[in-house]
Amino acid sequence: MSRRVSLTVSLLAAAVLALSGCTPADPAGSKTIKVAYHKTDSFTALDTMFQDAKKEFEAANQGVTIDLQPIQANDDDYGTKLALALRSPSTAPDVFYEDTFKVRSDVDAGYLLNLDSRLKSWEDWDKFDAGAKEAGKADDGGTYAVPLGTDTRAIWYNKKVFEAAGIALPWRPATWQDILDTARKIKSSNPDVIPFNMYAGKGTGEGTVMQGFYELLYGAGAGLYDQDAKKWVVGSAGFKDSLTFLQTLYGENLAVTPADALDPNVWKKVFGDWFPKGKLGATVEGSYTPSFWQKGGSYEWPAYAQDMGVAPFPTENGGAPGAVSMSGGWTLAVGADTKQPDLAFKFLTTALNEKNSLSFTVASSQIAVRTDVAADPGYQSANPFVKDVSSLVAVTRYRPATSDYPRISAAVQEATEAVITGKRTPEQAAADYDAAVTGIVGGDKTLRK
Amino acid sequence: MPAPHHRRQFARYLPVLPAVVLLAVFLAGPVLWAFQASLTNAGLTGRHARNPEWVGLENYQRLLQDPVFPLSLALTVLFVGGSAILGQNILGLALAVLMRRARPAVSAAVGTAVVAAWVLPEIVAAFAAYAFFSNDGTINQLLGGLGLAEVDWLYAMPMVALILANVWRGTAFSMLVYRAALGGVPAELTEAAHMDGAGAWQRLVFITLPVIRGTIATNLMLITLQTLAVFTLIWVMTAGGPANGSSTLPVMAYQEAFKFGDIGYGTAVASVLILIGAVFGAAYLRLLREQKP
Repeated sequence: MSRRVSLTVSLLAAAVLALSGCTPADPAGSKTIKVAYHKTDSFTALDTMFQDAKKEFEAANQGVTIDLQPIQANDDDYGTKLALALRSPSTAPDVFYEDTFKVRSDVDAGYLLNLDSRLKSWEDWDKFDAGAKEAGKADDGGTYAVPLGTDTRAIWYNKKVFEAAGIALPWRPATWQDILDTARKIKSSNPDVIPFNMYAGKGTGEGTVMQGFYELLYGAGAGLYDQDAKKWVVGSAGFKDSLTFLQTLYGENLAVTPADALDPNVWKKVFGDWFPKGKLGATVEGSYTPSFWQKGGSYEWPAYAQDMGVAPFPTENGGAPGAVSMSGGWTLAVGADTKQPDLAFKFLTTALNEKNSLSFTVASSQIAVRTDVAADPGYQSANPFVKDVSSLVAVTRYRPATSDYPRISAAVQEATEAVITGKRTPEQAAADYDAAVTGIVGGDKTLRK
Repeated sequence: MPAPHHRRQFARYLPVLPAVVLLAVFLAGPVLWAFQASLTNAGLTGRHARNPEWVGLENYQRLLQDPVFPLSLALTVLFVGGSAILGQNILGLALAVLMRRARPAVSAAVGTAVVAAWVLPEIVAAFAAYAFFSNDGTINQLLGGLGLAEVDWLYAMPMVALILANVWRGTAFSMLVYRAALGGVPAELTEAAHMDGAGAWQRLVFITLPVIRGTIATNLMLITLQTLAVFTLIWVMTAGGPANGSSTLPVMAYQEAFKFGDIGYGTAVASVLILIGAVFGAAYLRLLREQKP
C-alpha cells in the first residue's frame, strides 16, 4: 500500500514539475512588442495603420516581432478589456490605444510610462499641435501619451429632407429655439420623418453626453466641472434648461422614440439606414461622420457629399461665441511595465509618423493633430466637410478627465434617460443628479452655481 | 497499530484529492477573492487600481443606501421566482406528466422542441430571444398579423420578456429531470390508488408528487442557483434597461465593477448574490434531508 502512495505522490510531483516547465522561454535575440488596440467591423482604419507600421518596423528592426492584438468590442467594452489587461504586468500590452479622457486616471493607476525624456529626442514631436499635446498630459505635468487624432461635434443634416420641408439652405440655427422651430416644421410637412435627433439615455453611453447633452449644457453657459476650484458643479440653471430641451424634443416626437434612443445600436440606424434613406432630418454627431459613408466605410453612401450639410451647434440664446462643440480623441501610450521601453516607443513613433498619421486621419475622418498632416492637400480634400468641422476646434470643449468622470457621466446619462422616458421632470432629474454627484465625490467637492 | 491505519485512511481519500484541489482553486478561490475585494476600494483604474486600500464594510454600507440595490434585489427575486420556481419548474413537471400520456410521436416532437432551446449556447439563445421580442421581431409580426396591438416588449415590459425567454430556455432541464423521476414511481402504487377510485388529479397530488419530493427539491435547488446567475440572457436582451428596469444583481455587479470601474463595490454586490444563493441552497438541502427516514 505504502508503495502505491509513494508512486502516486511521485507522479503528482512529476506532473507539477512538467506543468511549471510550460512557461514559454524567449529564444535569445528575438523580442516581441505587444500592441493592443480597438477594432470593429465599422472601424478598421486603426487596424490598417498598425498593419502598415508593423511591416515598416519589422523590416527596419530585424529580430523584433510586433504582436498585434486587436480587441473587437464596442467602445465601453474596449476600455474595460484594456483596463483588465493593464491590471497585471503579465498581460499588459507594451503599446496601446488609449482614450484621452482615461489618460489621467490610468496615470494615477500607474499603467502609463512617462515619455518626457524620449519625446525630447523625437524630432517629429514639434510638429504636433500644442492644444492636442495637452490631452496626453497628467496632473504632474508630464506627458504620458501621444495624440493620434481629435474630433469635434456638429449638427449633420440631410439637405433633401430640409428642402422638402421648405427650409432655406444652408441651414444655420442661431438658438435652441431655431432648432425646435425647424424640427416642428419638418414634422408638420412629413410626419414619417424623424426631424432632429439627439442621443439620450444610458444605451448610447458616452455618445449621449458627447453628442447631445454637453453641447446643450455648455451652450447654456453652464459646465460640469470648475477647473479652477477643482469642484463639480451642481444645481445650475443650465442643467435644467438642457434637460427641458430634451424633454421638449422627445415629448413632441421630434427625436427618435425613447425605445429607439435606449437601444445601444441606434447610431448604426442613424448612419446606415435613416440618413441615407431620407428618414432623418438632422442629428448631432462627430466630425468622423463621413468615415462611415465614404468609400470603404461600413455604410458606403456616395451621395452623402451632396445630400448632407453640417452646421455648428448653437448656444441657448445665441450668446457668444455662438457655437459649441465637444472634443475627444485618442492617443497611443506605452505600458509602464514594458520590458522594452525603447523599442515600444520607437514603434509608437513609427505608427505615428507623417505617412501613417495621414492615411489614418483621412481613413477615419479625424481632425489632424500633426501640423504637417493638417497642411497636406490629401487631408484637406478628404471629404467636403473637413474645413467646417476643423474650424470648430476654436470653440470646442474637453471632458474633465478625472477618475470620478465615468460615474458622473453615468449620472448625467441617467438624468437624460429619466427625462426622455417621462419618469422624472427636468427639475426632479436635475435634483437626482445633484444628489448622485454629491454621493460620488462628497459634498466638499461640489460647487453650487 | 494506529500509524498504518491512518495511512490507509489517507490513501483512501487520495483519489478525490485532485477534485478537492480543483474545487478549492477554481471555486473557493474566486469566492474568497471576491469577498476580500469587497472589503477594499479596488478599482479598474485610478489610484486604487494596483494598491487598493482596506475599507472594511464601507461598500456594504453604501449598498444599503443605494436606491438601485432594493430594486435589483426585487427584480432578482421576481426573475428567479417567475422564471425558475414557477415557470420552469411547473411547466417542466406538466410537460413530463403529459408526455407520459401522449402518443409517442407527439411526445417525441414536443421533447425535441423543448430540448432544442436548451441545447443552444446561452449567447445564441439570448440573440434568438432578442430577435423574437425586439420591436420589429417575430412576436410583434405575429401580433400585427393577427390584427392585435404591437408591444415594444423589451422597453415596455422587460421583465415579462426576460422571464418568458428564460422559461423557454430552461424548461427542458426540469422536464428531463421530472421525466426520469416519474419513470421511477412504482406502477403498483398508482394502480392501487386507481382501484380505490382516485382521479388523475388526486393520483398526481397524493401519490406521484410525494414520491418524487426529493427530485423536486433537487431540481428546485439546481434551477434556482442557475437562474440567480443568469447574466448573458439579460445583458443581450435589455442590458439592464430601460432605466434599471431589468438590472438584476448580476447585471448590477457587472455594471458597478466594469462600467464604473469600481471593483470593490461590484464584488460587494456579487458577495450578496453568493449569500442569497447559499441561503436558497441551505433551505433546499434541509428539505431534502427531512424526508429521509
